Amino acid sequence: MSDSEKKKPNRRDFILTATTAAGAVGVGAAVWPLIDQMNPDASVKALASTEVDISSVQPGQSITVLWRGKPVFIKHRTPEEIEEARKVDLKELKHPEKDEDRAKKPEWLVTLGICTHLGCVPLTNKGDYEGGWFCPCHGSHYDTSGRIRSGPAPTNLEIPEYTFVDINTIKIG
Amino acid sequence: MSSHEYTPSSKFGKWFNDRLPLLTLANHLTDYPTPKNLNYWWTFGGILTFCLITQIITGLVLAMHYIAHADLAFGSVEHIMRDVNYGWLIRYVHANGASMFFLAVYIHIFRALYYGSYKSPREIIWIIGMLIYFLMMATAFLGYVLPWGQMSFWGATVITNLFSAIPLVGESITHWLWGGYSVDNPTLTRFFSLHYLFPFLILGLVILHIWALHVPGNNNPIGIDIKKPSNDTVPFHPYIVIKDIFALLIFLIIFAFFVFFSPNILGHSDNYIEANPLVTPAHIVPEWYLLPFYAILRSIPDKLLGVIAMFAAIFVLVILPWLDTSKVRSALFRPIYKQFYWFLVADVLILGYMGAMPAEGVYLLIARVATAYYFIHFLVILPILGRKERTLNVPLSITEPVLGGMPNPSMAKAKGDKVKINSLG
Repeated sequence: MSDSEKKKPNRRDFILTATTAAGAVGVGAAVWPLIDQMNPDASVKALASTEVDISSVQPGQSITVLWRGKPVFIKHRTPEEIEEARKVDLKELKHPEKDEDRAKKPEWLVTLGICTHLGCVPLTNKGDYEGGWFCPCHGSHYDTSGRIRSGPAPTNLEIPEYTFVDINTIKIG
Repeated sequence: MSSHEYTPSSKFGKWFNDRLPLLTLANHLTDYPTPKNLNYWWTFGGILTFCLITQIITGLVLAMHYIAHADLAFGSVEHIMRDVNYGWLIRYVHANGASMFFLAVYIHIFRALYYGSYKSPREIIWIIGMLIYFLMMATAFLGYVLPWGQMSFWGATVITNLFSAIPLVGESITHWLWGGYSVDNPTLTRFFSLHYLFPFLILGLVILHIWALHVPGNNNPIGIDIKKPSNDTVPFHPYIVIKDIFALLIFLIIFAFFVFFSPNILGHSDNYIEANPLVTPAHIVPEWYLLPFYAILRSIPDKLLGVIAMFAAIFVLVILPWLDTSKVRSALFRPIYKQFYWFLVADVLILGYMGAMPAEGVYLLIARVATAYYFIHFLVILPILGRKERTLNVPLSITEPVLGGMPNPSMAKAKGDKVKINSLG
């Protein structure tokens, strides 16, 4: 066999490559269901949104509701708390976000009740910031807009997707 | 076994192999000299290994979603079918996989019967195989109980009641098995635990089965001892590997047909009704692969003797290497045995069919005749046949009949230089 013939893939090479490729696709297709079965299933997804009646929550009060197995804080903020949250200089913040971008209606703050450090639930109305949160696990302080001010947490409390269905009802998710 | 010493080429490979000879094992499995005349009936060992691994993997996955509790089990299976991503596929593969596993194991066993693979020096391989088969039946039964449907519940009730036939302690044993006075939640949880355990016992036995196989090496269609390695052998890889994979793909097509086009045809519709301890289904049958034994159980009109006959039907297989007294392994050289072999195949199929029919009238009569014949085959025909049968001359090697211009080994006796294996001792 000359050199030029050696370089040219012959029919056997083609069959081997094609068979291996088809086999790899087949194995992949067989393995995928075994992996995907561990993803959230249809019954979990069906619980993906929660409607909350907020008519009884007075200014200054905060409630905690369960959404997708996680706590969500719904805080009815007082005018002072709103003013406090809005006058903060963004340069002071570890994770700069405007309070206007975090609350659809200024008097209602809806945030995930999960510390962005390692997932503990912060305590309401505790910590260095009036009307804020304090995480007891590793000492992260959040302000009245749920923004991280001091401690090890890297980012602000997460804002879930939510809408006001009517004046008294919030739909989370 | 290959006679040459294996040395890894790389320095690290040698260092590792001196401490844990995995590379020597891999080399043994690659070079392993295999008779070159193995036909497609020999591919079922590989297929069975695939079945076991498939059952273990899909079972692991199902156990992530299944709840072993009398109140929740049935609902959790429906949850798997409707909610879990690809849960329907995984459950259907597991349920039909059990049937495919038994289909393959029956072919594997009947191949061994035809070619005399159970005979010396392979008795231990055969006995381990029978242990695997017995554990497979136990595992399949335990698994069938888990969905907690009507067939699950009443199957569990009937099978556990077999033990009540034991004189004196029978009742205590059934209460011990149930963890109560009937099949209930404690029964379900322990069945789940054991159903999880047994496949790993089977896996261990499979490793011993293959280990024992690799001592004498494979039997082959003409059933003679061959020199290894020699002209009569080919290395396991790639020759047997490719052949096994090809056979596996054909097998998977059949498997896929059941999973995707008729996933419930091998099951029983009553098992989609939740277990009810107050109502027994009108017609209760086990899964198809247990039917021959079920027919034997029902054909004996006595509780204890029926149970004994059923277990004896398996036990005669265990002692088969000593019941079959013929020194010639392959049925190719045993013209009379070959006929009785096919009678036995027909007999087992008839028993299976009778097991699915109601135990009354002509069905019961046929089942009794077939049960009697089953035991006569092993306990009377085989011991006598080994002494009386005039076997054909077997060739000295696999190559010989071919090179001698006799493609059909049974015609090889026409040549003068063949020796009967009997005289080789």
